[in-house]
Amino acid sequence: MTIRSMSEEAVWEALARVPDPELPVVSVIDLGMVKSVSVDHRGARVELIPTFLGCPALGWIADKVRAALAEQGFEAEVAFALGVIWDPSRITPDGIDKLRQMGVAVPAKSDAAPVACPYCGARDTDVESLFGPTPCRAVYYCRACRQPFEAMKP
Amino acid sequence: MAREGDMQALDPIIGELALQLGDEELFLGHRDSEWLGLAPEVEEDVAFASMAQDEVRHAAFWYELAEASGFGQADALAFDRAATERRHAALCARPNGDWAHTVLRHYVYDAWDAVRLAALAESGGALWAQGARRMLREEHYHHLHMEKWVVDLGRAGGEAAARLRAAFEALLPDLPDLAAFAVDPKALVDLGILSRPLAELRRAFVARMAPTLTKAGLPVQDVEAILLAHPREGARPVAHHEDAAALLATMNGVRSLGAAVW
Repeated sequence: MTIRSMSEEAVWEALARVPDPELPVVSVIDLGMVKSVSVDHRGARVELIPTFLGCPALGWIADKVRAALAEQGFEAEVAFALGVIWDPSRITPDGIDKLRQMGVAVPAKSDAAPVACPYCGARDTDVESLFGPTPCRAVYYCRACRQPFEAMKP
Repeated sequence: MAREGDMQALDPIIGELALQLGDEELFLGHRDSEWLGLAPEVEEDVAFASMAQDEVRHAAFWYELAEASGFGQADALAFDRAATERRHAALCARPNGDWAHTVLRHYVYDAWDAVRLAALAESGGALWAQGARRMLREEHYHHLHMEKWVVDLGRAGGEAAARLRAAFEALLPDLPDLAAFAVDPKALVDLGILSRPLAELRRAFVARMAPTLTKAGLPVQDVEAILLAHPREGARPVAHHEDAAALLATMNGVRSLGAAVW
């Protein structure tokens, strides 16, 4: 898909207003969860990539996508794509900025260097626990500014 | 390929395998959830809740594949089948025991699951392969977590190492049935669902655990010996159902009241 039709553009705009329920500063687009959008005479079809299979928010997100598109006059079918595996490299630069402002770091893909602290930028950080408040987040600690913080699981 | 995949999905052996994987993930996920509020550290409370969530959703994925094979509705497969109809390895339904038993049981299960998922990820069944590849990414974190615990307990010496050793002795007899299948693995290879024969998976299982068990002071040669003594080349024997029956009674306690909405 290189050129988006007017109606596809409207769907993407609506998706940009669907927040993550736990991190409402970012949208499903910021998180890189949208695999594809298509529109035909029957309505819109949106394919989402689950961050984690067991994420309990998936049903909620699908409902919000349908509601946001209904507001734009689209009857939307929402499907979860299994073929693409989500990882933090799918998060957009905009999404990375918004998450950092909330105190959530985004590790670079296959980054051997420790993740940078979202508060002070230091890399003197350690994994505190691989399991955080949601399946996609881990808990870290910054030794430079002595602040615990979260990061998306690498 | 799509047509071939459909035919595979309808073979009853494939559905039986999906039930086995569903039962194992559901039971272990339920055991994980039993630590909620009781784990020795708050981080472990969160970790076990998170892992339980992962395992139960993985179970749902496998039950949905069984549903696609014509075995009935996924929720009913998860909750309504009696303990005697389950296809799990006995190890997955065992009560948690102490912390050493909990982490070592999870560790050996995760090690086997990683080997099994890697073989399924190369499967000829498209959905099987996609699901397995996703789960490998998620299970990776469980494995890292448990590996650290096993090594820490073993290296701590004293009571921690003694309890770990006792857990090892208790779990050892369950390993030949864990590293096996509820259906004949040769048939799974013939159908293209399993990319490698059981003997090869078992070698990978031992190789994967060897460095960790050694660091923890546990005798990996005992694992090799018991696996060799019980090759389980066909379908493994059905697990004793007492543990599963108790687990199901707890898990279905609220559901059996009848008024719950799912």
